[in-house]
Amino acid sequence: MPSNDAQIVISGVGVITCFGVGIDSLWEAMLEGRTGIHKIERFDPSGFTSQVAGELAEDAFKVKKIVPKSHRKATKVMCRDTALAVGAAADAIENARLQTAATSEDPPTISPDRVGCHIGAGLISAEVNELGAALVTSQKEDGTFDLAHWGGEGMQNLTPLWLLKYLPNMLACHVTIVHDCQGPSNTITCCEASSGLSIAESRRVIQRGDADACLSGGAEDRINPLALYRQHCTCRLIDSDGSEDMTTLIQPFSDDANGTVIGEGGGIMIVESKTSCDARNGTPWCTIDGIGCRQSFADSPLEADPNAIESAIKKALAEAKCEPSDIDVIVPLGSGVKQVDDAEREGLSAIFGDNLCSIPTITTIPYTGNCMAGNGAIAISVAAKSIKEQMIPARLGAPKTSGIDAARSDARQQKIDKVLVVTPSEGGQCVAIILGGIEA
Amino acid sequence: MTRVVITGMGWITPLGNDLESVWKRMCNSESAIAPIDRFDASSFPTKFAGQVRDYDWTAHVKDASIHHDPAMNSQFALGAARQAWDQSGLCDYGELNLDRAGIYLGAGEGVLDFSAHSMIDTHSWDVEDGKVDAVAWAKFAREQLDEWGEVEQEPNMPLWHVAKEYGLQGPAFNCLTACAASTQAIGEAVSVLRSGDADVMFSGGTHTMLHALGITGFNRLTALSTFDGDPRKASKPFSKDRGGFVMGEGSGMLVLETLEHAQKRGATPIAEIVGFGSSADAYRITDLHPEGRGPAAAIRSALNQAGINPNETKNGKPLVQYISAHGTSTQENDSIETKAIKLVFGENAKDVPVSSIKSMMGHLIAAAGSVELITCVMSIQTNTLVPTINLDNPDPELDLDYVPNVSRKAQVDCCLSNSFGFGGQNNTLVVKRFES
Repeated sequence: MPSNDAQIVISGVGVITCFGVGIDSLWEAMLEGRTGIHKIERFDPSGFTSQVAGELAEDAFKVKKIVPKSHRKATKVMCRDTALAVGAAADAIENARLQTAATSEDPPTISPDRVGCHIGAGLISAEVNELGAALVTSQKEDGTFDLAHWGGEGMQNLTPLWLLKYLPNMLACHVTIVHDCQGPSNTITCCEASSGLSIAESRRVIQRGDADACLSGGAEDRINPLALYRQHCTCRLIDSDGSEDMTTLIQPFSDDANGTVIGEGGGIMIVESKTSCDARNGTPWCTIDGIGCRQSFADSPLEADPNAIESAIKKALAEAKCEPSDIDVIVPLGSGVKQVDDAEREGLSAIFGDNLCSIPTITTIPYTGNCMAGNGAIAISVAAKSIKEQMIPARLGAPKTSGIDAARSDARQQKIDKVLVVTPSEGGQCVAIILGGIEA
Repeated sequence: MTRVVITGMGWITPLGNDLESVWKRMCNSESAIAPIDRFDASSFPTKFAGQVRDYDWTAHVKDASIHHDPAMNSQFALGAARQAWDQSGLCDYGELNLDRAGIYLGAGEGVLDFSAHSMIDTHSWDVEDGKVDAVAWAKFAREQLDEWGEVEQEPNMPLWHVAKEYGLQGPAFNCLTACAASTQAIGEAVSVLRSGDADVMFSGGTHTMLHALGITGFNRLTALSTFDGDPRKASKPFSKDRGGFVMGEGSGMLVLETLEHAQKRGATPIAEIVGFGSSADAYRITDLHPEGRGPAAAIRSALNQAGINPNETKNGKPLVQYISAHGTSTQENDSIETKAIKLVFGENAKDVPVSSIKSMMGHLIAAAGSVELITCVMSIQTNTLVPTINLDNPDPELDLDYVPNVSRKAQVDCCLSNSFGFGGQNNTLVVKRFES
């Protein structure tokens, strides 16, 4: 049975963002400094002050094409969030060179009961067109809604499985069905921290001996009117009608930072014990050396707490047996929301002191928008890629940042062994993860 | 393995809002199911539910102003958490390391304002296009929706409220695996304690889907009972004529600690959590695996962690003396859960009493598992088994001892609690009488 000390690796990376499926499309864009944020096309966003997003064209990704024939019917009850998770999972399985029930008729690489699944999800917002089409059948002549008619007849216009489409655990459930993963499965719902906390849980499940590998990460789609409205309610979104330069719209850690934008996407990692990975001749991307999770004590759930960030990083460093000086790159949330950026900088400064200015950061949100429950997985995927490529991609945003190396810059080669990924979330959860390079 | 004990418990339920009165009512086979009065459900296929009543959350917090108008699920969580915190004695303990005091909840989303949403969707409907006019939708949303109410929809908000109330700053997670959420949260909180990352974990669940859209969703799934008689008779797990579950709402909260930490501060362990198992059916979104594969795997895994052989007996009795069933009162669940129990316990299954408190308070969805685990602990404390009420017409295919209709005295030292979520996520806990 593995233990707390068992080495855990990421042996496969699957990503889906506004650039498409796969880490390579995102990575190429990040090397070129090309953002995927543009004016929302899925619906007319002009009723909102924030009208832009990291949006993937709907015809660029069809989940029906990537699931086995036996699961095609079930795609009708997938919301976009679930489809994104299924897409990222398929990419991760392929990347890790795993055989599952979905990919091969041969026996699976790992016994299904030893494969877990932890996929972070958001508050899935119902499609207003789908619900609206049913609701209008219960409208009175004067235009008001008739609840009595709805209860008696109107609700029959809603598809019977409507509710199942919007349960957050459906991301993990569809993935487990497609790939026949019968081990422990969970759905973490902690906004931006969901992915990182899912990876923490996968690691814990493997270390306590309940699985050898887990599909782990998160996905979310905020590009529909209700979800966009809910983000407006947090006062975190930047006003934009899409006419500005999208590469400088989000300015993480800048004095002029004034908000973020929504996105859709996420990532699924194959989190695996090194023993299992070695046994099947897998090729790990990186090790998971340390994780720290903490809760904010800020006065509002919408505020980040520098003390929680500092404490989470300290815990991750201690687990990784690292000194702050061992960290080569930091991947913060870097959302462009000033209070959150300031809290991140303060928490990081408490750990790294004046050296913070000399540790390069990678910020993903200016490329993809904030994909909420999927955001941490995108950040971790990019961190893993940076270790693999020994490269820091270009940064978008402001020409100058103070106290932290996060200003606009070009891609460059750099020796990278340890990367710190930090994710504070709306609601106060914070997770810090240290990834390490694979020794030759 | 690090031992983990329960030192505090609390609940807000349709049967009442404190441990003793709810327990008494369950022992008396009372039902909390009554007509819904939170909205006009008179035309809905289902017109009844288990509703929390006579509850004021502000009585359970130090300063209501720090809580920013919590949604109902957070209100329930704060009340249950206060009871657990006070019972644990942590309220009088000044040396708690807050960085090592974490929280793992299985909380559902906040309450959706169906009245406002239905107005917005219908008023912005473009008949010609056959879809919502998004620009008009945004305008109506700004006019009709309460902004903070929408923020409170996020499932991690109850976590924020409870953590803020008690200053918890350690590991923090919220999971939402439908009906299995709080059992999973408790199991994983135990795992966090065993990993050494915390000394104390608040854990449990909270949820209400008792609003027009929640009832709509489950009615469309045909998962809810549409019983046409006395609502108190509607939830009838394991009966031949069971016709679906009855909606409930509420919260169950527990303070979990490493035994070492509890002993160091002189706390009295109430019970010990000795096993947790989690599995995925990996079968269908709409159906359980017909052989009970996933539930059986979760039960086996939990017993294995607890070091309990389900086929063994001691003094002629199985080592597990009570199972708190998921027992939803749907045809499928009760049949397959019975099958899973028999798969794991073999010949011993007929000697293990099984009951479902959902017969009395309805299905608390994400919060169900935490309330059912507390029931197990109280069974151990009082050597009493609470009944499955409304079991007047037993299903001949279901042949276990479901503790029909009346509570009974029995020696109870070890219990198992099952929770199975829509979509196939299954979780089981094993709890034992504490022995030093």
